[in-house]
Amino acid sequence: MPHYEPWSDERARAVIDEFTHLEGPLMPMLHAVQETFGHVPDAVVPMLAEKLNVSRAEVHGVVTFYHDFRHEPAGRHVLKLCRAEACQAAGGDALAEHAEHKLGCKLGETTADGRVTVEPIYCLGLCATAPSAMLDGRIVARLNERRLDALIAEAQS
Amino acid sequence: MPIRIYVPKDACAIACGADEVAEAIAAVSLVRNEPVEIVRNGSRGMLWLEPMIEVVTTDGRIAYGPVEAGDVEGLFAAGFLTGADHALRIGKPEEHPFLAKQTRLTFARCGIIDPASYEDYRAHGGYRGLERALTLGPAGIIEEVKTSGLRGRGGAGFPTAIKWKTVADAKGDQKYIVCNADEGDSGTFADRMIMEGDPFELIEGMTIAGIAVGATKGYVYTRSEYPHAIWAMEKAVEVARANGMLGANIAGSPYSFDMEVRMGAGAYVCGEETALLDSLEGKRGTVRAKPPLPAHKGLFQKPTVINNVLSLTAVPHILADGGQFYADFGMGRSRGTMPIQIAGNVKFGGLFETAFGITLGELVNDIGGGTATGKPVKAAQVGGPLGAYVPTWQFDLPFDYESFAAKDALIGHGGIVVFDESSDLAKMARFAMEFCSVESCGKCTPCRIGSTRGVELMDKIIAGERVTANLATLTDLCQTMKLGSLCALGGFTPYPVLSALNHFPEDFGAPPRVVLEAAE
Repeated sequence: MPHYEPWSDERARAVIDEFTHLEGPLMPMLHAVQETFGHVPDAVVPMLAEKLNVSRAEVHGVVTFYHDFRHEPAGRHVLKLCRAEACQAAGGDALAEHAEHKLGCKLGETTADGRVTVEPIYCLGLCATAPSAMLDGRIVARLNERRLDALIAEAQS
Repeated sequence: MPIRIYVPKDACAIACGADEVAEAIAAVSLVRNEPVEIVRNGSRGMLWLEPMIEVVTTDGRIAYGPVEAGDVEGLFAAGFLTGADHALRIGKPEEHPFLAKQTRLTFARCGIIDPASYEDYRAHGGYRGLERALTLGPAGIIEEVKTSGLRGRGGAGFPTAIKWKTVADAKGDQKYIVCNADEGDSGTFADRMIMEGDPFELIEGMTIAGIAVGATKGYVYTRSEYPHAIWAMEKAVEVARANGMLGANIAGSPYSFDMEVRMGAGAYVCGEETALLDSLEGKRGTVRAKPPLPAHKGLFQKPTVINNVLSLTAVPHILADGGQFYADFGMGRSRGTMPIQIAGNVKFGGLFETAFGITLGELVNDIGGGTATGKPVKAAQVGGPLGAYVPTWQFDLPFDYESFAAKDALIGHGGIVVFDESSDLAKMARFAMEFCSVESCGKCTPCRIGSTRGVELMDKIIAGERVTANLATLTDLCQTMKLGSLCALGGFTPYPVLSALNHFPEDFGAPPRVVLEAAE
C-alpha cells in the first residue's frame, strides 16, 4: 500500500525544486508532487506557476489534461483494469462488470468505505497474456474471475 | 560453480509470476544446497510460455515454462539443473518453431542477455554499429540508413533517412533526438519488450542518430503504464554513461550525446509526435499543425528527429552490417524486418520479428495458433485502436505498408489483436469512437466533436433506432473525420469503425453483405 505525506507548503517547494534544472520540468514536477502527496492539490498550482513563470491557468490546463493526475486522493488501494481492445477480446468486459458488482462501484469511482479506487487503464502492454490489471503498481496478467477475486480481497483487506 | 538460471524480468513475465519464481528458485536452491546464479533477462517473446526460465547446461540453454512458483520444487527434484526432462521442459528455445521461424535483427539479443550488463551487450555484438558510424561520419550514416530503406516503424512509414537529412541540414544551435516510446496502442508491446530486454540497443540507435544530425541531447518519452521499462532504461542510461558511451566524447570520439527518460501521464494522444513534443515541453499534449515540421521546429522550436523505438533500434544493425544487408529483407517498398506483436484472443501470443511480406493468416492461424478460446477467428484488428478490423477472408493480405493501405487498413506499429466469433464489432466500433472522444486533445473540431457524435450515433444504431439513416450519417461523419482531422487520432478512428461496418454489417443490424472481396 502506498504511503503519502500530508500536505505541506515547504515540502511541496522542496519536491518542485529538485527538477528546476531540467528542460521542460513541469511534467516531472507534477509526477513528483503526486508521488509525494497522492494527488495534485490546488495549492501547488500557484507555486508551479510562479516557479516556471507561467500563468496559473496554464498549469491548471496541464494538470487537468492528463488522466494520471488526481485532483482528489484515491482510495487506499488503486485497482486498474485494462479495458483496451486486446483485453476486451480476451474477456475483459465480463471481468470489469464482475469487479464493479463485487466492489459496489463503477470504474472510475472509489468504494464507499474509501478502501478501493477502481479505474480503467488503456493498455499495460501485456496484450499477449490478456486480460491484465494493476494493483497499486503491481501488474497481473492472465486475469480470470478467481485471480480478480483474490486481487479485490487483497485491496479490501 | 553455481549453475546459471535465467528468469525474465520482462513486465509480462513478472505479471505472470516471474518474481515469485525467482524467489522460489533461490529458496529451494539454498535448502537443497544446489547453488544457482539467477540472471534476470528480458523475454524471448514466447509470451504464452512466460514465465519461461532457462538453465545453462553443458548442452546450451534449456527452457522450461510456463513455470509457477509451486513448480520449482518439482523442477529441482527432476534435475532441471542439468536440463533433465520435466512436463514443463521446452528444450532449446532457439529450436522452438516460434523462434526458429523468425528473422531477428532488432530482437536478436532480447531474452538472451542481461539487459543491465554493458559487458553482455558488447559480447553480443552491441556497439558495433556505433563503431562503424564513427568511421563513416554524419553523411555516411545517413547514406547507410537511406540504403537500408528503413521507414518509420511508429505507423506512418516515413523514410527515416529523409527525416534525418532534413534535421542534419537544418540550422540550429541545439538539436534533439526524441524517441517516441509512448506505445499506447492496444496489442503492441514491442517497444516495452526491447526497452526492458535490450535497452542499450535503443541508446546506441539514438546516439547514432545524434551523430548523424548533429544533436547532442536525446529524450525517451514513454508511458507511466510502463514502470518496468522506465527502470530498465534509466539503469542502462546510467551504465552507458559510466562506460563513456553517453556524455562528452562518446567512446573517445569528438561527438557528445546524452539522454534522459521522461514519463507521460496517461494521455494516448501524446503518441502523436507533435503532441508528444508539447508534453515534453511541459504543456498539454495538444497536436500542432504542420508545417513547421518537427525536423525544422520541433522540441523547444529546435530541429528535432522524432522516431519510434523500433526505428531507432533497427539503426545499430543497419550500421553494423550495412544498409544493403537490411534492405535485402522484405517486399516492395517495405524493407527489412518488422517486430510483429500477436495478441488478444490468441493461443500462442508473442513477439514475432520477420521480414515484411508474411500474410496475416500465417501470423494469426499458423504462428498464433488461432484463438485461445478455440472458437473460430472473426477478425483481427491490426495497428492498434486506430487500425482496421480485417476479416478472415482478407487474411491473405501480406504484411506490407502498401498492401494494407490498398485495403483501407494499416499495419501501424505492428500489433495484431485477434477476436473470436463471439465478438460484437458494432460494440467495438462504438468503443473506437468513445476512446477517440475521451483521448481527443480537443484542438480540431472533427475529432473533438465528431467522436462524441459518433458515440451517440453508435448508441442509436445498437438500440435499433432508424438504423439505415443513422448508418448513412455515421459513414458521412467518418468521412469528415478522416479528411478533416489534424492528426491520426481523429483521422484514423474511422478505420476501425468503417471496417467493422463494411465487413460485418449484420452486427450493426443491417443486412449481411455478400462478400464482394471474394469476387476481386
